Amino acid sequence: MAVLERAYKQYQGPQSPLWSRFLIIPRHAYRDVFRSKIFTAFFALSFIWPLVCAILIYLHHNVEAIAVLKINVRALLPIDAGFFETYVIVQGTIGFFLAVLVGPQQVSRDLTNNALPLYLCRPFTRSEYVVGKMSIVVILLSAITWVPGLILFLLQSYLEGWSWFADNIWMASAIFLGSLVWIVLLALMSQAISAWVKWRLAARAALLGVFFIPTIFAQVINEIFQTRWGHIFDLRALIGNVWSGLFGTFVRQVGEDREFRNGRIVATVFRTEPPLWASWFMLFLICAFCLWLLSRKVKAYEVVK
Amino acid sequence: MTDSAAAVTNPQANSGSSGVITLDNLSVSFGRRPILKNLRGELRGRAIGLLGPNGAGKTTLIHTLLGFHPPTSGTARIFDRDIRGDAAQIKSLIGYMPERDSFIARMSCVHFVRFMAELSGLPPSAALERAHEALFFVGLGEARYRNLDTFSLGMKQLAKLAQAIVHGPRLIFLDEPTNGLDPPARQRMIKMIRDIRDSGQANIVLSSHLLRDVEECCEEILILKDGRLVVYCNLEEERKANKKFLMLETRGDLKEFVTAVNALGCECAVTSDHRLKIILQAGAEIRDIYRLAAESQVQIRRLTYKRDSLEDIFLKAMENGSQTGDAPLLSS
Repeated sequence: MAVLERAYKQYQGPQSPLWSRFLIIPRHAYRDVFRSKIFTAFFALSFIWPLVCAILIYLHHNVEAIAVLKINVRALLPIDAGFFETYVIVQGTIGFFLAVLVGPQQVSRDLTNNALPLYLCRPFTRSEYVVGKMSIVVILLSAITWVPGLILFLLQSYLEGWSWFADNIWMASAIFLGSLVWIVLLALMSQAISAWVKWRLAARAALLGVFFIPTIFAQVINEIFQTRWGHIFDLRALIGNVWSGLFGTFVRQVGEDREFRNGRIVATVFRTEPPLWASWFMLFLICAFCLWLLSRKVKAYEVVK
Repeated sequence: MTDSAAAVTNPQANSGSSGVITLDNLSVSFGRRPILKNLRGELRGRAIGLLGPNGAGKTTLIHTLLGFHPPTSGTARIFDRDIRGDAAQIKSLIGYMPERDSFIARMSCVHFVRFMAELSGLPPSAALERAHEALFFVGLGEARYRNLDTFSLGMKQLAKLAQAIVHGPRLIFLDEPTNGLDPPARQRMIKMIRDIRDSGQANIVLSSHLLRDVEECCEEILILKDGRLVVYCNLEEERKANKKFLMLETRGDLKEFVTAVNALGCECAVTSDHRLKIILQAGAEIRDIYRLAAESQVQIRRLTYKRDSLEDIFLKAMENGSQTGDAPLLSS
């Protein structure tokens, strides 16, 4: 429809590929997201820890630097599974706060402004809408978690040699999978809360609450029942178990309580973490619940029954 | 005129052999509450009007055709594509202007329309170009870089129209397009709708409770009441028909007079105690009416020409629809 003619005409040109249309949502959302200077600064600062890790890896292989520093960096900070697990934990924590900043307003704004019919009257399904909204969080968090994590792994492999790479390729999959599980969980939770809580601040508070309140609840259960099974309600513990399981540092028995009577041990209770499969299963349940919440709310029109 | 239960077909085809919209015993229920009941018909017009009182099911019909609600039974076809099986294909051919305020927050107008165009499948560069064109077309060219949050109600209506047409759909659903518009803005909106209709590039379905809007823009109308199709009327045929409509004000007993007029082959309806509406058929003249009135001892106090307006059709449909379920209607 040429401006000069100002007459209605159909569009006869090429169409964009169907599979990539969900990416339209994050591409347009980032214009708004990065308008916030606070967020942009926080996003930039989230690359500090990967930079520090890169420097540490470099120091491990720079003989002159070791000589200048006069410390055994290799013994102090070995580049092993624990190193990369720490990296994933730190970046995962930063990613959580990024998700709190970005996630809660994505769906709620569309629901408040009745925008969903505009999306769904087009060749654009509810699934694409949800995946598109999740992608906003997924892409941002990927950029600060597994992407620099894999770059660090490749840097270490480059400096150590091919044999180190071959022996430790499983760490790369642990970095990727561990980050991805956390990212998907955060994306689903933030979108589900955004769909049900319209006000942005309340949604952010709800996301923080969902993360921290069960932790307290879990501790109470653990203390009352002298167990660690309360951790199945604690997101931090669940994802921590998953990460340690992926990096091979998971330990089931973490302590024991002994009951003394007349100076003798009369009972011993071993505190064991729930098995790994329980942590994976709980995370899966949480994701499924979030998907169900989204399916209830993401509709063109809500029918009042 | 066909009644609501019969299949309705307009022989004036606009697009090949198949209709724009075909309703095939379409029923929609929300839970146990039936909203649309066995709608049947084939619509071919360039502009189709959807009328009805509040709660008649107009918006539900549009939403069902858009795929927002699944049909409970029956189906419908748009450009020969079934709404149950070919929803994605249908959605690539249609545009929708919702009744309620709908926009995406914190976006400029051109950004919003471009975003909608991209979601409809246009590549980014084409989407941007057409967004600018669409906004100039609807009259928002100068305001296109402003945030939608700052727009007046009338401007938001135009923005909604722009996003509905930016991707050049073949069928455009307009739900109460003149809502909240002042008279000059309403005139502009009606003119744009007529321009789109007359371009021949798109068909329009206009849902409104404002009879003037529908009368000015549409060629076919459907009137819904309580989820049923109570009237189908082809306004184009009505306008072209060379019929004389007479409105009589009389004194005297009308029974014999009405029988005599019917025997003459003319349609006759008593609208009140002393008022009659007569449709003169070919061959009958006004002097015949006077003659029959004299023979029946009826005084004709006033005689005027009156073509059935859409308001008459609508009011009769509401009256007939409330008396019986499938009452026959006056207009043909």
